[in-house]
Amino acid sequence: MAEAVAGSGIGASVRRKEDLRFITGRGRYTDDISVPGQAYAVFLRSPHARARIVSIDTAEAAAVPGVLAVLTGREMAADGLGDLPCGWLVKQSDGSDMVSAPHPPLAHDVVNYVGEPYGLVVAEDLATAWRAAELVVTEFEERPAVVDPALAMESEAIHDDVARNLAYQWVLGDQAATEAALASAAHVTRLDLVNNRLIPNAMEPRAALGIHDAGTGEHVLYTTSQNPHLERLVLSAFVRLAPEHKLRVVAPDVGGGFGSKIPVYAEETAVLWAARRVGRPVKWKAERSESFLADAHGRDHVTHAELGLDEDGRFVALKVHTTANLGAYLSLFGSSVPTYLYGTLMAGQYKTPNIFVQVHGVYTNTAPVDAYRGAGRPEATYVVERIVETAARELGRDPAELRRLNLIRPEDFPYETPVALVYDTGNYEASLDAALALIDYGGFPERKAAAARRGKRRGIGFACYIEACGLAPSKLAIQLGAGVGLYESGEIRVNPTGNVTVFTGSHSHGQGHETTFAQVVAERFGIGIDDVEVVHGDTGRVEFGLGTYGSRSLAVGGSALVRAADKVVEKGRRIAAHMLEADVTDVEFADGRFIVRDSNQSLSFGEVAFAAYVPANYPDDLEPGLSEKAFYDPENFTFPAGTHIAEVEVDEETGAVELVDFVAVDDFGQVINPMIVHGQVHGGVAQGVGQALLERGLYDEFGQLQTGSYMDYCIPRADDLPDFRVDTTVTPCTHNPLGVKGCGEAGAIGAPAAVMNAVTDALGVADLPMPATAEKVWRALRG
Amino acid sequence: MKLSLTVNGTRRELDVPANALLVDVIREHLGLTGTHVGCDTSQCGACTVHLDGRAVKSCTVLAGQAEGAEVVTIEGIGRADELHPMQAAFREHHALQCGFCTPGMIMAAIDLVGRCDDLDRRTVREGLEGNLCRCTGYHNIVDAVLAAAPVMAGGADHG
Repeated sequence: MAEAVAGSGIGASVRRKEDLRFITGRGRYTDDISVPGQAYAVFLRSPHARARIVSIDTAEAAAVPGVLAVLTGREMAADGLGDLPCGWLVKQSDGSDMVSAPHPPLAHDVVNYVGEPYGLVVAEDLATAWRAAELVVTEFEERPAVVDPALAMESEAIHDDVARNLAYQWVLGDQAATEAALASAAHVTRLDLVNNRLIPNAMEPRAALGIHDAGTGEHVLYTTSQNPHLERLVLSAFVRLAPEHKLRVVAPDVGGGFGSKIPVYAEETAVLWAARRVGRPVKWKAERSESFLADAHGRDHVTHAELGLDEDGRFVALKVHTTANLGAYLSLFGSSVPTYLYGTLMAGQYKTPNIFVQVHGVYTNTAPVDAYRGAGRPEATYVVERIVETAARELGRDPAELRRLNLIRPEDFPYETPVALVYDTGNYEASLDAALALIDYGGFPERKAAAARRGKRRGIGFACYIEACGLAPSKLAIQLGAGVGLYESGEIRVNPTGNVTVFTGSHSHGQGHETTFAQVVAERFGIGIDDVEVVHGDTGRVEFGLGTYGSRSLAVGGSALVRAADKVVEKGRRIAAHMLEADVTDVEFADGRFIVRDSNQSLSFGEVAFAAYVPANYPDDLEPGLSEKAFYDPENFTFPAGTHIAEVEVDEETGAVELVDFVAVDDFGQVINPMIVHGQVHGGVAQGVGQALLERGLYDEFGQLQTGSYMDYCIPRADDLPDFRVDTTVTPCTHNPLGVKGCGEAGAIGAPAAVMNAVTDALGVADLPMPATAEKVWRALRG
Repeated sequence: MKLSLTVNGTRRELDVPANALLVDVIREHLGLTGTHVGCDTSQCGACTVHLDGRAVKSCTVLAGQAEGAEVVTIEGIGRADELHPMQAAFREHHALQCGFCTPGMIMAAIDLVGRCDDLDRRTVREGLEGNLCRCTGYHNIVDAVLAAAPVMAGGADHG
């Protein structure tokens, strides 16, 4: 177990540096930023799931006093702006490239989902923009919508050049060996699963403010992004909105992301373009109903899985076929989520020797689907952990013990899975045992009996999950189709007075980097964390960055800072050696001092910093200044893993499911700030419980979104959730300097399977589609 | 429309559209951007402020309804160097992550503590069900509210 550490160094639950501005209302989110002369945008959105745009009459809208412009996709295309790209090219099973349909930022000829933007009104004030937008007359020629992913391949083609609505057929693993092992298995468990479509719902709706300076040609875009440098790259290289050196993208305080603020969207593209066209800054902020329609959605898989076991209960083969709904267009990383972030995780924590995964990625007339917290790994965990649980029930085995029998053991690492990953380290049994102890597994029968006396059916469910985080080794990622490297940048500027400004390419939108990264740097330099300022989210200040997703920030961005700090210390040793007239090999750095070994001579970090900027007594062969940077490219993914256990009680009268206990024991490697790590687990679990019990993004057969507000789409409220009991085990990551693995997604990965295993245990049914609402459970109780 | 109201202790005379919402007045006319808008159906509670001492969702109050009223926003309950006990408890218990729901959550929590004695974990959860948070899973928010309650009861009146 992680020990509590006092002070502010690594391992201490330091209270967050960023909190003071948030709790006093001084946060600075995109919609809080206003500039002189700013105009307001409202988007024209398709009311149809699939239609041809016959004509757009903007005359009446344009004539409204206060309207500055009514712009459409046709004008954007005429201005030469390019399409929004998909950043990950997936290779199909026959070696050919996936089929990527053109994705114009604003639709011009056809619209392919309800809410798709095809124009915008820019006006002096928001009310005028809304009023004018109502006056735009657009004639659509409706076409039949393709909504159900399971039927997409048999439906009319949505895009001209995409046969069967199939973006790709992707495979991983040895099909022949897997089928042979299944054919000779002593027992085969079969399961059909649906992973429900989710709508991420960060509490801050997306927003953007575009500014163009006609005098300098500079463009500035304030936007709600998890990865501002990636946004700048896409808008420059693909959309051709502005050259990279004339475009500054700022993601200031961002109110949650969960993946939904990774993609580069139509709206921020359009406001910056409109600002240039109109000659005024243009601001847009999503209404929540627009967020539901036009933010990237998550999950949405239909899966058939088969697990073969031998006479002893050892897993011999797993075969998975999934149809993944990609939506109307391939979003920025939409193609990679149901492939490389999904199929590669099918070994889970187990020594299953034969695995084969086949994925059909299909287009439908629904909002694009992209990363949502966990991104592929919750879906993989759901398949593995639901089918393992089902196998245990079919065979009458204790589900914890069947898992234990099949775990990869500590002595097996590094462990190469049959699905392309090499796990560097782990101790899965340690987290399983800790979780069993925490939940008091032995006491479950008694708790179940007590619940029965109250008219409740109590169930228990496990999820022993693994995830691949710390994205990613660049060469490997690019070889697999990524359009960018996945290293991270870090820069440390030691100021002349000895305090430190840290620049990171990671982006914090709730994760607390301003604190955690400061802890890492402060400990390395032996200074206080209040002497460290962390800067992020501005391409005008930070050199480059790939941003925050995939639980990568500390493992990759934090490691870059460690490397940069090492360079600072190295240069400091040379300066100190000169000043102390010692050999550099005799100078050590410890506890904030450069010390000549076996002497009483030393200099403080601050003294050396000052000397670097006032180089009077200074080495001739050394440049002044004390500022260093590093790009850190990881050697491998990191592999956080753990055991989550849920207990639920089902009311037999009403079908209501209450989550009564939830324990999570996670191995994130070294923990820098336990308070923040536990908070990340709480939030992830809450979202995972939301998926299992409450949330579903639902379209009707015409492609109209039926869950377009908080009155129809239920994200967890305070009284929907119990207290969570969380702990960690520690096996340090073997290949990054901090030994860390990442903690942001684990809760959302483990919780859905744990909760649904508990619900199906309580009900005595093989499966129930998520979310397990009272109505579905009530029906299941009545057969 | 002329509007006269007191915001964070200061008397304000404003000219606002007749259909303006209280939250528009707070954010756009007074520039108090700590009060947030997270939805369009009065569900999320990010816009919660105190109107004559009671928590209200300011997206659901017409500006005209606040004529003559006392309004307190997140900017009015404490300062960085003199935090309200609820603000201090949110920081101490890591009851916020992205910070977007936080101002509304703090304003709702202060109201809850003010009108309920002997709160427990269940009643805090029920009392805050009108304020959505997507980051924290609420666990630490409950901790913070229960920690702030006795401090508020025993301490000075912070409004």
